[in-house]
Amino acid sequence: MVEFTLPKNSKIKKGKKHQSKDLGKKNKSFKVYRWNPDDKKNPQLDTFDINLENCGPMVLDALIKIKNEIDPTLTFRRSCREGVCGSCAMNIDGTNTLACTKSIEDIKGEVSVFPLPHMHVVKDLVIDMKKLYEQYASIKPWLQSNSSDPSRERSQSKKERSKLDGLWECILCACCSTSCPSYWWNPDRYLGPAVLLQAYRWIADSRDEKTGERLDNLEDPFRLYRCHTIMNCTSACPKGLNPAKAIAETKKLMHERR
Amino acid sequence: MKENKKNLGSAKNGTNHWWHQRVTAVALTFLCIWFIISLTVLTGATYQDAYNWLKHPLVTGLSILVVAFTIYHLSLGLQVIVEDYIHTEITKIITLMLINFSCLLIGLTCCLSILFVFFGGN
Repeated sequence: MVEFTLPKNSKIKKGKKHQSKDLGKKNKSFKVYRWNPDDKKNPQLDTFDINLENCGPMVLDALIKIKNEIDPTLTFRRSCREGVCGSCAMNIDGTNTLACTKSIEDIKGEVSVFPLPHMHVVKDLVIDMKKLYEQYASIKPWLQSNSSDPSRERSQSKKERSKLDGLWECILCACCSTSCPSYWWNPDRYLGPAVLLQAYRWIADSRDEKTGERLDNLEDPFRLYRCHTIMNCTSACPKGLNPAKAIAETKKLMHERR
Repeated sequence: MKENKKNLGSAKNGTNHWWHQRVTAVALTFLCIWFIISLTVLTGATYQDAYNWLKHPLVTGLSILVVAFTIYHLSLGLQVIVEDYIHTEITKIITLMLINFSCLLIGLTCCLSILFVFFGGN
């Protein structure tokens, strides 16, 4: 059966309370999930009080401030700090989103920061993305053709190109897949919204000639049809994309080719 | 076990299951409206009135459709829930078999009862 409760060694304990030295008038509390694989302890929720007057506007700025000034062991991924790399995806204030584009001011009260849900944690806010990348590779995310190489670029009309809008922008941050209950229960067999949106990105590409094979590969009660149109993916996507629609379009094509 | 499944490739089905669930859902929207209105109208009617109502060929036909679509939609939906939450293969297969047999039994009993009335039983 699916596990509905956390195993004993995953139950979250009360953590330490830290305060930055520069506390002033505009302070904010951050409750951050901490887990270290080396100390064999349960995960804990540490509280960090920081002064927002000396901090950038985004949650990522606060995390960097905490790491620089309070606790250098706080572990998280980050890179571009402008919502294009997808590294800093985490669960902030109960929603999966990118720490670098989530404004602190939008959150009332304490800011809770957890790793993306239902994934194996490597350390603190870092999750193991290996399985997701394997699933991504399984949909062959590159252009495939049967015809011989053209002498110049494969051209597309503006209309054909417009079909890729809303798909190519995906940065594979995994906010959508890890917000999907179907993906929580069957992550080993269901591909999840992120990978299915990427699959549709190639199905919808007029230059790709393996549409039939791509659909064959997806036609499965688990790989595609575990999607029950819950739509958490669409509400979670920090880039404003619509994976649920991409999945629905794929299902429509499945029906069309029967 | 799970790793093996990944290597077994795509099952190449699921589309019919998904489509039938949608079609029965749409059909049931209309059938249920008809059924609920009919029951409301029949409130307080005598046994004989209800009996005569059910005996009409159109009502018999629609009633059988209500039963058949409801039971089919039910079994498709329960199958999805079982596949979502039960991961032990043997438990899953036995549960699905029990669900399908039960649905078949309930559906047959209902349809035969309707037909029994249609052909003049009491």
